[in-house]
Amino acid sequence: MTHEPVLLANVEKKDSHTLAVYEAGGGYRGLRRALKEMSPEDVVELVKQSGLRGRGGAGFPAGMKWSFLPEKHPGPIYFCVNADESEPGTFVNRVQMELDPHQVLEGTILSCYATRATTAYVYLRYEYPLCRRRMQAAIDECCAAGYLGSNILGSDFSLDVYIHVGAGAYVCGEETGLIESIEGRRAWPRIKPPFPAVEGLFRKPTVVHNVETLACVKHIVDRGAGWFRSMGTPPEPNNPRDPGSFGPKLFGLSGHVNRPGCYEAPLGISVGQLIEQFGGGVWKGRKAKAAVLGGLSTGVVATAEFDTPLDFAAPMRVGCPGLGTGGVVVLDETYSMVDFLHNSCRFFAHESCGQCTPCREGTYWALQMMERIKAGRGRLRDLDLLREIGESIGIMPGTTICGLADGAAWPIKTALSKFRDEFEEYIMRTNPNGYMETEPVEALVGV
Amino acid sequence: MNVLDAEVRKNIESCLGRYPTKQAAMLPALHLVNDRLGYVPPRAVVEIAELLELAPAQVQDTLSFYEFFKQDKPQGKYRLWVCRSIGCAARGGEELLEYLCDKLNVRLGETTADGRVSLEYAECLGACDVAPAILVNDTLHGNMTVEKIDELVDQMSNDQCSMSNADS
Repeated sequence: MTHEPVLLANVEKKDSHTLAVYEAGGGYRGLRRALKEMSPEDVVELVKQSGLRGRGGAGFPAGMKWSFLPEKHPGPIYFCVNADESEPGTFVNRVQMELDPHQVLEGTILSCYATRATTAYVYLRYEYPLCRRRMQAAIDECCAAGYLGSNILGSDFSLDVYIHVGAGAYVCGEETGLIESIEGRRAWPRIKPPFPAVEGLFRKPTVVHNVETLACVKHIVDRGAGWFRSMGTPPEPNNPRDPGSFGPKLFGLSGHVNRPGCYEAPLGISVGQLIEQFGGGVWKGRKAKAAVLGGLSTGVVATAEFDTPLDFAAPMRVGCPGLGTGGVVVLDETYSMVDFLHNSCRFFAHESCGQCTPCREGTYWALQMMERIKAGRGRLRDLDLLREIGESIGIMPGTTICGLADGAAWPIKTALSKFRDEFEEYIMRTNPNGYMETEPVEALVGV
Repeated sequence: MNVLDAEVRKNIESCLGRYPTKQAAMLPALHLVNDRLGYVPPRAVVEIAELLELAPAQVQDTLSFYEFFKQDKPQGKYRLWVCRSIGCAARGGEELLEYLCDKLNVRLGETTADGRVSLEYAECLGACDVAPAILVNDTLHGNMTVEKIDELVDQMSNDQCSMSNADS
């Protein structure tokens, strides 16, 4: 099964980021045709038929998101491009914006046309300076060429696109945190409902989409819903809530592989296939021990689970929440899972926005315990406490406003359930006199 | 005496048209001030508040949320972020961070005595394909090694490091 890259078709070309190269490859033809021949409703219908699901992590059906917008709203309707890619192990949006910014913009313009949005903000993390320059240059080229601005290509559709640069906060990737951040406040996610489609940015109907989702919209308009549905995984017959996983997906492969990189494959490829077909195997002739499935917050899979298809549904069979972002980080047999979980807990404790107590405190307690374990003062009991935290924080147990805490919990839950022996062995080896201790232990300071 | 000069003020005002509220120009304004001054001192907070018709506390509230903005003193000419998240940590990122602390003789978050280099850690720079990665001002450096770091530090001390807006 070879897949001809579509999302990455341009990236090898010289000056792939320029309008001239993009147009030479057929770029903006779909937009021209859509503005002439399709109504906004037609585009919505097409995207619904394609079964496109959001590529940012949650996998929500894009067409359905659009249909939540109020009908005949007097406007303005706002559109946000979520380019705050901050999930550890994830870098595919960076590659897209650096090497093919016009693909992202064409998808954005088409999606704004479909949703009747008149202003779009690209929320871009400051850590991506080259994306900023390339996206801004692409926007400027579009304005000059009549693809952006008033009466685009002679139609009555007008659109302005602005880049809004973030300032270092993971939680801005949560759509209502992103909205708060654009409005000029701390990025504390909002309680939902109301959902952004009803009341979002500046209290107006708002659609927020990930960069890769928008690139898919461009190709669906070009090639049709049937093409998109021709690849991927159909719905699981015994799961009425699974609408299927269709289309191509970008996977960011990194960690201990020979050829890390951004690769395109149909949804449903397995971790093992990614490593072998694209990654050139595990580095240094070693074996793999585990892999982050799709961005850190989806947790880990063990080698025995490497045949799990990377689609929206299958990861649930191995105790992971879903596809996530497609960021696969491979860890080899020499890498300590204690180090992995310490790294993960440190990340989420650092990035918890502080709004909800269970997340703010829970992620911090988990980090303190991991620091203690790592420093050789762990108790076996700590593993149960960690698990208890993992099961108590997040929107799944219903204790937080956004899913950041769930993201913190999945690495804890998956690492402990799949590698418990390794944690126990580490604790007993490094703390032979105290591993059975059950009394409270003071926190370590400044580790 | 204002800390924001006429040009920064003009640039902030030119952002206002992008948004239906003045408050939404907050992050662009903070970035513009930070670009110019290397930090956002309390006096600048008051002046930004005046420009955006907000209370200084509102500006301070937002500013203090975002790790990027510093208030106590100007950051070094070179701001260096070393990624410590899992993709880089698995390929030696944390060791590079320690190496840089020793080499520059600073602790994390500090600026070298000559005011040249500020060393910070970053959470995932989104460059796991070229891990371990370092961001220096506006330029990403990937596949870092101790040798490449030595080279980079040499360039910084001779002011030959790309600062750049170059489209590389």
